[in-house]
Amino acid sequence: MNALAAFAEEFVQGKIRVVDLTQTLSPEFPNISLPPEMGQAWPFRIEEVSRYDERGPAWYWNNFSCGEHTGTHFDAPVHWISGKDLPNNATDSIPPERFIGPAFVLDCSREAARDADFLLTKDYILDWEKQHGRISQKSWVLMRTDWSKRTDPVEYQNYDEEGQHTPGPDVDAVKFLVAERDILGFGTESIGTDAGQAYHLRPPYPCHYYMHGAGRYGLQCLTNLDQLPPTGAVVVAAPLKIRNGSGSPLRVLALIHG
Amino acid sequence: MASAPVQRSLERPKRKNPVLRTRLPTLPPAARSRVALGLTAAAALGRFELQQCRECGMVQYPPREACQSCLSVNLIWKVQKPEGELLAQTVLHHSNDLFFRERLPWRLGLVKLDCGPTVVAHLHEAVEERVRVRAMLDRAGQAVIAALPLKESSDMADDRQLREFTCDPRQRKVLITDGKTSLGQALVKALAKAGADIIWVGHSEPWKKFPGFDELQKIPQVTLLPLDVTDSKNVREAAAEIAGKVDILVNNAEYHRSFGIGNRQGVETARAEMDVNYFGFLRLAQEFGPAMRARGADGKASAVAWVNLLSIYAHANFPPHGTFSASKAAAHSLAQCLRAEMRPAGVRVVNVFPGPIDDEWNQLLPPPKLAPDTLARSILSALREGVEDVYPGDVAQEWLARWRDNPKALERELSA
Repeated sequence: MNALAAFAEEFVQGKIRVVDLTQTLSPEFPNISLPPEMGQAWPFRIEEVSRYDERGPAWYWNNFSCGEHTGTHFDAPVHWISGKDLPNNATDSIPPERFIGPAFVLDCSREAARDADFLLTKDYILDWEKQHGRISQKSWVLMRTDWSKRTDPVEYQNYDEEGQHTPGPDVDAVKFLVAERDILGFGTESIGTDAGQAYHLRPPYPCHYYMHGAGRYGLQCLTNLDQLPPTGAVVVAAPLKIRNGSGSPLRVLALIHG
Repeated sequence: MASAPVQRSLERPKRKNPVLRTRLPTLPPAARSRVALGLTAAAALGRFELQQCRECGMVQYPPREACQSCLSVNLIWKVQKPEGELLAQTVLHHSNDLFFRERLPWRLGLVKLDCGPTVVAHLHEAVEERVRVRAMLDRAGQAVIAALPLKESSDMADDRQLREFTCDPRQRKVLITDGKTSLGQALVKALAKAGADIIWVGHSEPWKKFPGFDELQKIPQVTLLPLDVTDSKNVREAAAEIAGKVDILVNNAEYHRSFGIGNRQGVETARAEMDVNYFGFLRLAQEFGPAMRARGADGKASAVAWVNLLSIYAHANFPPHGTFSASKAAAHSLAQCLRAEMRPAGVRVVNVFPGPIDDEWNQLLPPPKLAPDTLARSILSALREGVEDVYPGDVAQEWLARWRDNPKALERELSA
């Protein structure tokens, strides 16, 4: 029996579980906010076309609108200026095998609870590897912060007068994951793969800058990371095939054994 | 002449008896000739204009096709001194008209105006021999003449008959759709001071805490309400919760960027302006309109007014704020539709056409700019005086005059 057939058999037998890492798309889910003078991403909005009524007697359907970076979403390299000239850098041109990869889940929930501006460092990753093993290439590194459990949008966004305070990776951690671990991409639970205050890092937004500059991807607004083992899960994250898209909302699924 | 009884301060109405059927709105007689609409057109702006003959100078009322003195057809509508002498008064105890039947007794009088004609006027309770008259829009949206005491008093607006013409916020429940702007906050304070019962204050994107939030929360009448006019579901749910109680809706939610066509790529900014300024208004009108229409005659504190924050640029495009102007022109057109749909219920649609407001989006425009407090006071006065088109401040007044005089000239002046 080949590996795929073995997988299928175990899956049918219920030995492989699917964990949904996706937030529900709704108008209430907070959207990314830029300074008001800049262009803005659309939040998710939905309008009813008909609901078994005079607008369409036997059917119910909606029109929805949103930006490419709304809800749980995928960032393609072309999203950032550092990745703009790379080959296969958009949602339609990324090779589809890149949408599936093993997941390494770094639990930073205690640190994030103590410090909303927590930055994941290279040393933290090295310590984690001592305990759980080396992060393999072509994998997703997911930063668990339990931020998705902040169901109040005010707490989830966590703004004050200096902007947003949410955790993320620091500059060296991102460079290390790209250069020395050759990962597929980086995923977070908050809005943005970068920390809320990452504008003040050098360079600003290092996870966007280096990950996309090296042709890697981002996943954000993930949830249920607390249901994943530190290692051993496989993530399926295929964005919509938007021509030259910079990203897309998507359903992110994790397969776990047992 | 009998002396007028002294007006008592407005008594607080009892809570609504939920067992009784809510009365359906009725309207006072609405038919007018095209000529007579001249009085309405002036009253809509808060002006007292009567027909005057250009040949012999005769001022006449009611409006006619020709001068009743010299038969000239060369008549113009001119602002007249709004004062006169009360010749006679009477109290109606019977009427075959449904609207007045429900509001009896009703005081009427004959007023000899200083400018000439004698007019039938609705009488304020506190009038004496010398009176001030005002052309006011009634619940049918048509001009009628009211006679008021010469001297303004603090409880003048509480007069039972006068409240049939005005939309005074006292003891009424108000929704202000955006409390985040300086205008929104000035409106909340003005309406609270004017005695509004409950003020719901909408605020979108609650995670962006706005300056003035804490101060608003301290006002006892205020209830903050998450409200984003771009989100149909949110507007529907907010309406489901409170629309049946809103007597006055002030839609001041506005998206304002200072771009024309050539200095902003793409349509996203223009679309955002339309989404708030036009579609946001449409969403509110679809969800709150029906409930307000149903409550046009709901006791002493019925649904009375819908206020739209438009812009003087709704009449003529200001190219440096070109797409914003276009969205306000669209909203103005929609407001005319809403006005037609609300009129059968006697709910007045008040359009406000300010010039530049002194806020962050007009930062680079030179003064004069309209202070948010001044604008809030103008809106309050409009509600109290039965006006439906408000041009607050000198800039708006001047542009209104220019626009009425020669729209093409204003178009050229604004684009210079």
